[in-house]
Amino acid sequence: MPDILLDVRNLKIGATVYPPGEPPQKIEIVHGVSFTLEKGKVLGLIGESGAGKSTIGLSSMAYGRGGVRITGGEVFVNGRDILKEGAAGLRALRGQEVTYVAQSAAAAFNPAKRIMEQVIETTLMHGLATRAEAEKRAVTLFRKLGLPNPDTFGNRYPHQVSGGQLQRAMTAMALCPEPDLVVFDEPTTALDVTTQIDVLAAIKEAIHATGVAALYITHDLAVVAQVSDEIMVLRHGKTVEYGPVAQIIEAPQEDYTRALVSVHAIAHEEKKPTAEPILKIENVTARYKGTHFDVLKNVSVELHPGQTLAVVGESGSGKSTLARAITGLLPPAKGRITFAGRELSPALKDRRPDDLRELQMIYQMADVAMNPRHTVGTIIGRPLEFYFGLKGEAKRKRVQELLDEIEMGKGFIDRYPAELSGGQKQRVCIARALAAKPRLIICDEVTSALDPLVAAGILRLLLNLQQIEGVAYLFITHDLATVKSIADSIAVMYQGAVQRYGGKTDVLTPPFDDYTDLLLSSVPEMKLGWLEHVLAHRKMESAGN
Amino acid sequence: MHPILKLVAQRLSLGLLLLLAASALIFIGVELLPGDVAQSILGQSATETALRNLREELGLNEPALTRYFNWLFGALHGDLGTALTNGQDISKAIGERLGNTLFLAFWAALFSVPLAIVLGLIAVRYRNRWPDKLISGITLSTISLPEFVAGYLLMYLFTVEFRIFSPISTIYAGMSLGEKLSAIALPVMVLVLVVLAHMMRMTRAAILNVMQSAYIETAELKGLRPFVIIARHAFPNAIAPVVNVVMLNLAYLVVGVVVVEVVFVYPGMGQYLVDHVTKRDLPVVQACGLIFAAVYIGLNILADVISILANPRLRHPK
Repeated sequence: MPDILLDVRNLKIGATVYPPGEPPQKIEIVHGVSFTLEKGKVLGLIGESGAGKSTIGLSSMAYGRGGVRITGGEVFVNGRDILKEGAAGLRALRGQEVTYVAQSAAAAFNPAKRIMEQVIETTLMHGLATRAEAEKRAVTLFRKLGLPNPDTFGNRYPHQVSGGQLQRAMTAMALCPEPDLVVFDEPTTALDVTTQIDVLAAIKEAIHATGVAALYITHDLAVVAQVSDEIMVLRHGKTVEYGPVAQIIEAPQEDYTRALVSVHAIAHEEKKPTAEPILKIENVTARYKGTHFDVLKNVSVELHPGQTLAVVGESGSGKSTLARAITGLLPPAKGRITFAGRELSPALKDRRPDDLRELQMIYQMADVAMNPRHTVGTIIGRPLEFYFGLKGEAKRKRVQELLDEIEMGKGFIDRYPAELSGGQKQRVCIARALAAKPRLIICDEVTSALDPLVAAGILRLLLNLQQIEGVAYLFITHDLATVKSIADSIAVMYQGAVQRYGGKTDVLTPPFDDYTDLLLSSVPEMKLGWLEHVLAHRKMESAGN
Repeated sequence: MHPILKLVAQRLSLGLLLLLAASALIFIGVELLPGDVAQSILGQSATETALRNLREELGLNEPALTRYFNWLFGALHGDLGTALTNGQDISKAIGERLGNTLFLAFWAALFSVPLAIVLGLIAVRYRNRWPDKLISGITLSTISLPEFVAGYLLMYLFTVEFRIFSPISTIYAGMSLGEKLSAIALPVMVLVLVVLAHMMRMTRAAILNVMQSAYIETAELKGLRPFVIIARHAFPNAIAPVVNVVMLNLAYLVVGVVVVEVVFVYPGMGQYLVDHVTKRDLPVVQACGLIFAAVYIGLNILADVISILANPRLRHPK
């Protein structure tokens, strides 16, 4: 009989939702999920957003976010049903037996307190060690997790260290009280791909070294495959498939799991450059006002009509800054930008109306790129009215055409953004950009905030639209899997400069420079043992360290 | 230079500039008042010659700008002129009165600020439950009560019903600290009641705002006690708005206590000002205005500086 640490039986979780214009409703978001976890093992919980994976993870601490309540079932931790515990019993459980690592460590650390103070807080509060012992333990963990200057690292404030380091510090905070179980809630999702791999390795190493059990929650199957012993696939609050990691990855039983495993498999043939590029960027150098540091260094790239140029790099590499320079939000100090055969004036206010119309943008966060008080019809209709003077029935007809084009069809025109899913919101943003009849759309991380299957749908849509409309994309992303499925040419950016540039096949064919190699090798692959393999063969440390 | 020193220096110089502007406004305001100082000293029956001589003597014939700079120059050297009514040195009289006002304000602040913050913390701990509603209810009703009503109610309670304190709060140099404290107990109580609600509500609102943050969830998942979460994790991040409202109330304790001083016959700045306004003693009014402006600006600078110091991003730059 194995040693069962966590035993969840028929867990049901409810929430109160507040639909716009209607009275609050009670709904069930997790419908009877059961699983067990042995001491020292790792269970991966995977699913798209809304699948209930975080909610299930937090139920192992008997915690519900906001209006979320556990409505049924039993949760045994070390043989105790924690759902029957009172406030004092829960305090003893949380932070002592079970600890938590949040997705955004940057938000989860108190900005007003030193890191050490926060890391050892639980250990002291639960009386598990003296201050000196706890600090020693923390320093050991900092060292184990590969943090720089482990002896003094704890003296810093959260804003003084990088995101990847904070994520590791949060892991140290979770491990410091020597818990039996750690809940990792998307611990690497907010990180750059090259930083993610280091944090992932550090977490895996720490789990092995301390023998702690873990629930590892993520939407990325390739990531969870590297750290888990077992995987549970969730959808709409129900278990889809639950089994050992090798079986899930190599022999998935359910259609949904199979779709997740093969999500990155969009084939896209590279198109050859045409005679005349639509966008030509020559030796562009730019810096922000009042600084003495070039954020773009001598950047030269071309984009051909009806094609896609992917700009890839980590955060801070200058990808979005390049978009700002092209759109005129950040006038370059040096260099020339030619668009559709005419030279663009550096500053936005000097540009012609056609320059503005033919160059559109789609953003990462579709939520905040739309006015929540406007209907879909108003949002898409606005550029129609502004650029083409369409009104009334003609405008509505054109909006519906655009909605058909983005595969949303009827019944959406009078809805508000809050009534749409994440993928639908992004589709509306695409339709709004298309409404201006642009020749170039700048896509800034448009799929990064979406679940893999939804993101794949958006990519397919973009490719279809490119064929129909002949529009060119400048596709900014940190995700190389996306690049492979959509790009015709690729520019790899590093610290404001183009590191490697050319046709997709050329850029992705060895020999690589060290940075491109690091970037390419850091993309998690749906393969067991991939993490160890990559770490053993790396040539360069990632910048997030 | 350390960025904090730079910010603080910036605030200080801005404050000085503001004080200069305030002094000009006060001077202009007093200038605009109808009537003639010489006339009001000598009375209706004064002869033309006497008036002219007195104007000459007081320097009233100089242009306004010259008089303003003379006054400002004197004020910078601690010379605020002489009172018209009794010929006393204003600086000396104000020094004593200001001391009394600050004494009263100090004790009122000593009780009200910690009390307001603790009540705010308790209100957050039991938000929307009966302790929160009780605290809000009581403090809001005391703030709604006019100061003189509260003053007379307390006076009735503690000097007539229970003879604990004296109704007259006059203090003078020879009193021991204990005697002084017993004398000012009633006005301190009134002032505490008046300023409590504002600070308490702001503390509550500022902390509730912080309670939405992700790091509060972290603290909850660490199994900390609710009050520890509020006091150790939420409050340090709510200091800036709380300090600002505390300073506003402290400034009120210094410059706005005229009614309380009159009710309890307390020899402070407020009473001094009111006395001399009725007597049209303009140099005194001007001097009091300047002192009040300085207190107000000074406390607000202090609030700014504390807010800056409370921000770890400014205190410990990358």
